[in-house]
Amino acid sequence: MTALTMYPQDEKLTGGERTAFNLYIISAVTLFVLMMLIGVIMRMAQGTWLNVAPDMFYRLLSMHGAGMVGTMGMVTTAVMWFFLRKYVTLHLWAFVANFVLFLLGALSIIGAIFVGHYAALWTFLYPLPVHPMGLWTPGAAALFMIGYLLIGVGMLLFYLDAAAGIIRKYGNLGRGLGLQWLFGGTIDPNHPKAVVASTMVIIANSLGILAGAVVLAMCLINIVYPDMAMNALVAKNLIYWFGHMYINATIYMGVMAVYELLPRYSGRPYPITRPFLWSWAASCVFVIIVFPHHLLMDYAEPRWLAITGQIVSYGAGFPVFLISAWGALTNIHRSGMRWAMPSRLLILSMFGWAAGIVPAIVDGTIRVNEVMHNTQWVPGHFHFYLLLGVLPMALALMYHVVGSLRSAPRDSGADRLGFPIFLLGGLIFTMAFLDAGRMSVARRMATHLPQWLPTDHAGAIGALLVLLAMIYFALRISAGLLRASADAGTAHAAG
Amino acid sequence: MIFQNFIWAITLTGMGLVTFGFIYIIAQVGHPLGADVLDRSGRRTSIARRWLFAALLTLFAGLTWATLHSFPIPQQNEPLAAAQIVDVTGRQWSWQMSLQGQAPGSALQLQTGSPVEFRVTSADVNHGFAIYAPDGRIAIQTQAMPGFTNKILYTFTAPGKYKVMCLEYCGLGHAPMTTAFDVVAPTGG
Repeated sequence: MTALTMYPQDEKLTGGERTAFNLYIISAVTLFVLMMLIGVIMRMAQGTWLNVAPDMFYRLLSMHGAGMVGTMGMVTTAVMWFFLRKYVTLHLWAFVANFVLFLLGALSIIGAIFVGHYAALWTFLYPLPVHPMGLWTPGAAALFMIGYLLIGVGMLLFYLDAAAGIIRKYGNLGRGLGLQWLFGGTIDPNHPKAVVASTMVIIANSLGILAGAVVLAMCLINIVYPDMAMNALVAKNLIYWFGHMYINATIYMGVMAVYELLPRYSGRPYPITRPFLWSWAASCVFVIIVFPHHLLMDYAEPRWLAITGQIVSYGAGFPVFLISAWGALTNIHRSGMRWAMPSRLLILSMFGWAAGIVPAIVDGTIRVNEVMHNTQWVPGHFHFYLLLGVLPMALALMYHVVGSLRSAPRDSGADRLGFPIFLLGGLIFTMAFLDAGRMSVARRMATHLPQWLPTDHAGAIGALLVLLAMIYFALRISAGLLRASADAGTAHAAG
Repeated sequence: MIFQNFIWAITLTGMGLVTFGFIYIIAQVGHPLGADVLDRSGRRTSIARRWLFAALLTLFAGLTWATLHSFPIPQQNEPLAAAQIVDVTGRQWSWQMSLQGQAPGSALQLQTGSPVEFRVTSADVNHGFAIYAPDGRIAIQTQAMPGFTNKILYTFTAPGKYKVMCLEYCGLGHAPMTTAFDVVAPTGG
């Protein structure tokens, strides 16, 4: 059972750990600010408030997509590491190697985009990277893909180390996931939810990264030997298998912050249950096989795959609503909740996930997808649960760690102002996307029709508010972590 | 009701219910329950979760049947027997559309009331073939993919000027990659 100590000793960051954690977090919040700035520029350009040439717009779009997905993966890996290291032995070198490879990958991607002018987006949808129409070189496309490979190798290294730690402690991954208690037996109340979630992420996302590595290697071969062409539909399946799993893994890594921290703030235990184990076992299967919902408009895809995509999209709603959101709400219901930045962010994160999945499930319906696919409905729903779901999970941990320095959660007047600005901006920004989807506004276009501009303007205003709040959060968190580093010699506060 | 507005209403209802649930629970925070009441509340919560499970299962099963019993995508490997067949090829950055049996070079004109089969492919990269109705909303779409032909079967009900836009990012000329065609009511009896 999760302990209710606010700042337990086994979470204390030692010298090397603190340095590594700070590197992850400060890099992440800096990158979030920069990527959000790019997002604001793009929304303003679509709304004709800024003049951005189409070639630059698509470079920015490529940077924003790859940057946000990569940063989200990086920061939620830090969340997973922070909690999992309490239960199994993790090697700091694997955590640091992941960061170094991430940086090298990020530099490759930035170079490919801003020096090589690569603009085939984060999805590198084959064969676009090798059909640039003179806008970028094959070398730029190759550099972009090598950047992805570096990031993927780093994450796999970290997962392998985590898997080894779990297997050493629990015998095998199935026992880490708690499969032995699905159909009966007394569940060990001390079996950590973070181990269950980590095991699921390791299984699912390793498969996704391997799928990505396969298609990236095939693309690289095609760049060098153009005659060795790929089947575009097979490549697309592999790309979305990788892409969907990678970004969804960020939710499952981030939610560990909710499981671990929420009971400390509500003052009420958050026990592990059989439905909880069932939900994670189901999610592990669902997240691996749900990717065909990205290919519902590829009519050449076998019909059974499209049906699988729709049904599994619906099925994925059960674990979210019945276990994670329901469990969090039950935990705080009529509790003596201690409201502070971490707890506010944790509850916001569950709301963002649960509400954001509604338009996602709706869009997983083939009949709906026929009119919503590749409209702004899509960025509407994924920004909803990434911006208002996953990011607050990570921010909650950051604020919690900063609070540990002074034995109290951070909750200044500026925090209390920053939070509603972030929430309001996030709601305006995401709902503008969804409303644009209703009006059939195409996604990923540098220029928009005049009748589309009102939602662009609303979206730009919302994005600006989010950016302002994020700049504040980034400064606040970075300063707090650096101050903590300076005071690292002082005793770790116990709650 | 316009289909997209119907989808919007369903979505807002779902998101609204989630929002209401969160606001309801948050409003109760700060009034802690005693241990005995907490225990009873836990049992009630468990029962409520089972009801929610049953409700969601019923909802999703019903939606699956309602949306899939008549499969929305036509058979791709057999003739569709449409009276009007349009060959569509996307390429960076233009559309080529021709009605079978129509003289080459003449403007594409389709008729309401009888199914049209669009055979959609690409000469280079992935494109998205989306038909926008005169009201500015998407009527139907599919992907245009090199090496494959995706077939749409669609019956126009309203005459007017329909616009084709590319919905899959395909490079610099993605946004201006458009064309248009007319749909008219059939003449004669």
